[in-house]
Parts: sequence; structure tokens; C-alpha cells
Amino acid sequence: MTAVTNESVLLSIRNLRKEYRPGQPVLKDISLDIDASGITAIIGPSGTGKSTLIRCINRLVDPTAGEILFEGQDLAKLSGQALRQARRRIGMVFQEYNLVERLSVIENVLSGRLGYVPAWRAFLRKFPAEDVTRAFDLIDAVGLNEDFATRRADALSGGQRQRVGIARAIMQNPALVLADEPTSSLDPKTSVEIMDLMADLSAKRGVPIIINIHNVELAKRYAGRIIGMTGGEVVYDGPPAGLKPDHLKHIYGGEDFL
Amino acid sequence: MSLPSATVRPPAFPANWASRIGWIGLALYTLYATSILNLTWARFVTGLDNGAKFLARMFPPNFAPDKLDLIATGMLESIQIAILATFFGVLLSLPLGLAAARNLAPGWLSWSARGLIAVFRSFHPVIVSILFVKAVGFGALAGILALIVSSMGFVSKLFAEVVEEMSPKQVEAVRATGANFWNVLIFAVMPQVMARFVGLSVYQLDSNLRNSTMVGIVGGGGIGAPLFTAYQRFDYDVVLTILLCIIGLILMTEMVSNRIRRIFQ
Repeated sequence: MTAVTNESVLLSIRNLRKEYRPGQPVLKDISLDIDASGITAIIGPSGTGKSTLIRCINRLVDPTAGEILFEGQDLAKLSGQALRQARRRIGMVFQEYNLVERLSVIENVLSGRLGYVPAWRAFLRKFPAEDVTRAFDLIDAVGLNEDFATRRADALSGGQRQRVGIARAIMQNPALVLADEPTSSLDPKTSVEIMDLMADLSAKRGVPIIINIHNVELAKRYAGRIIGMTGGEVVYDGPPAGLKPDHLKHIYGGEDFL
Repeated sequence: MSLPSATVRPPAFPANWASRIGWIGLALYTLYATSILNLTWARFVTGLDNGAKFLARMFPPNFAPDKLDLIATGMLESIQIAILATFFGVLLSLPLGLAAARNLAPGWLSWSARGLIAVFRSFHPVIVSILFVKAVGFGALAGILALIVSSMGFVSKLFAEVVEEMSPKQVEAVRATGANFWNVLIFAVMPQVMARFVGLSVYQLDSNLRNSTMVGIVGGGGIGAPLFTAYQRFDYDVVLTILLCIIGLILMTEMVSNRIRRIFQ
């Protein structure tokens, strides 16, 4: 069986299933096609498998069954060197930033190049000069400045840390960025700033972003496409304008929150 | 208003019988062991008396130049033993500790590393010294080898625990960039654990300085040999001089190690 080849489709998920415990699927045969541009937001209640779905794509979680077709390969079947090379093409932004706390900002940004540099260079911090230049540029581009470069990550505020997290993902020159609840640990104003930044980078660099997000308003405001999940299944897939209170009732269960 | 439920609530602090039995058992065993080992108050009092006589014979400490010369040579050798043993012991503990960490190494490797560490930790440095004196002969080499073994036992065990406590999130993020195992180690693991590793190493230097004064008693080099000889020849004034030197050394180490630890915060 071959999927219909479509030039604009970057990532094609086919019948993806994940069971942490046998017989209890968290993801129930998900199939999705993700375009090569724009922001796709995945919404849904906690524990519904959004994080698992996104982590299956770069294989921080191993799927139980199904295919994840990306740049001509099935990511679900890769291992070792081939998996690491595929991961280099996929950036990831985390809810709790996941910066290496005791490293400086620029070291954290440069860790986006670790898929390309040999260990001795990483150890001696001898990154190629063009990587270092790009790292400085990216620190500027995410709204920090070169004064931050040598500061340790644990000295930054939440919003600043997430900016570094985004710079690290972009530093990979990724074909796709995954963002797992990137604003859930931030205050409302900072959340909007971070979403602005991601939307801006996505548009300017033509990188598509798949983003898990709790905040439905933010999802509607920034995403071109919304995927609603509940109980491990996709129950809404369409433009933000089509997302009606009935859908939200179905996705989150009940209507008290509306 | 009545309190209908006051009588039916469960006790807020239920008795923990397992812990009570444990304490009672410990108390009974202490009494039993005391009676078996013939520990009496009378013997203790006589002992205090003997101890006082012994201390009186130590004064004044002996500062004769020939003795000081002998002591200086011994002390310097002890310091060298401690520093060399710490350097090599700590260097070897780095890979051994990483191999023993269950969140990094595959099962077979971490279990073998743990087995090796357990063997290293089973014996006191003095006992290991005896083995090495038999193997390589009298002198500093035997002491150094013995302290390398005990350093590896201590540092790699605690270092493995530090590695197991690190944040998996930081590791996950670096892994997600496509970094290989070594780059993950360099960029996500080492930054998290290095400060603690330096702390452990400094502590080990501290304890090696103490232990290096002991290995000489069994022929492992350093100040231990002159100390033991002085005891046996009843030269208690020389014993006191040596003890004062050791106390001075330990106090100095304390200050230096505090400094080093502060640098690597």
C-alpha cells in the first residue's frame, strides 16, 4: 500500500498506535497528513495522548504499530545512526524548556548542532565558526541579545528560557518543529510573546510547526489547522473557524468550562 | 452542635509495630552483646587511669632535629601517596561510575560495574594495603595502589548515584537533536554531574590524606611506619610529635578542600 504522493505533505502518519500497557492503547490508530508549512495545533484534555503522539514522531517514544512517513523514510522503523540523522531534521520545543541548566545560553543553542559535530569538537567546544555565528544571530532573532550568550541557563526567566529552547530547535535547521505545550509553564502575556515568536519564525523560515497546546484561544489565534483529540482519537480536524462549541464539548467532555 | 463522627474516626497516629519491635530488638541485643563481651565499668575506670599515664608520658613532644627529619620525610611521602592515589583513583572512577549508572549503561554493564565496586568497597584500605605489600613489596607503591582501589570504591559508587539522580529532561532534549551517545554525555550528562563529582573527589583527597597515614603501618609507605615504630619503642614523645603533624595536615586539607569546592559550585 502506498499513500497518495502529494508534494505539499511533509509528514504522513498512518494508523499510529501506542500502548504503554498491552491492550490499553493511548493512541488508537491515528492517521494524519501534515503540510510542509504553517502551524498545526493539537488540542485535547490532559492524558489524551497529545504528548505521546508528538513524541512518537521523533521517537522519544516508540510507537507500538503504524507508520510515520517523513522525507521518504518510515521513522517508526528507524534505529541507531539512521534515527539520529532523522532526528537532526526535527526540532523540538518542550513545556519545561529542558535546557541544560548549567550550560550557557550559547552552549544550549549550539547543542542544536550536536547531530553534526564529532564528540571531540563538542568536548572542546570547537564548533564550526559558521555555527557560532548562526547561534549569535538566532539569540538575537528570538529576542535576546549577545549579553545573554554566556549567561548560564539557570539564571534566566521562564520566557527567556523558552526563547533559548526555540533557538536550539531552529539551530538544527529543521524541516519540522515539534512543540509540546511550549506555553503551559508561562504567564498569559509571555505565552502570547512566545507564540508570536514561533509563528514569526515559522513564516520567515518556512518551517512547519506541530504544537500541542492547552489554550484553545491561542490555538485558534495562531494555528492554520486545529486537530482535536479525545481518548486517543482525532475527533476534529479542520480550520480554527470551523471549531464550534459543540466540538469543544465533544473534545473536553461537558460544557461547564465554556 | 453534636460531634457525631468524633468516636468513629481512625487513630491519627496509628502504632507502627514493625518499628517498635525493631527498637526493642536493638535494645535487647545491646544488653546481650555487652554481657557477652565482658564489658564492665571497673575495667573502663582502670583504662582511664592507664590512659592518663600514657598521655603524661607523651609530654613534652620530641622536637629533636633527627626525629623531625624522619617525620618530615614520612609526612611528605604520605602526602604524595594521597595525591597520586586520589588523582588516579578519581580518574578511573569517572568511567566506572558512568558504567555503573543504571540510567545510562545497559544492564549487563551496570551490574558488572556495580559488582566490581562492591568488591573494592568490601575491604578497609589497610587490608588492601597488606595484599599490595605482598604483591609489589614494601613502600609507597603498595600504599598508592591500595588507596586507588578504595578511592574507586567510594567515588564511583556515589558518582553513579549522582548520575542516576540527574534530570532526564535535559538528556531527552539533547537526544532529540540527533546527538549520539558521546555528545549526549558531553553536553547533557557531564554539565549536570561535574560539580558533584569534583565535590566527591575533594572529599576523597581529604580521606586519602587520613588513610595515607595508616597504610604505612603495614608497610605501604608514608608516616605510618615511623608512627608504629615509635609506639613499639615506647617513644611516646615522638608519637605525640607525629600526631600533631597529622592534625595540622588534616586541618590544612579542610581549609584547602573548602576553597576548591567553592570554586566548582
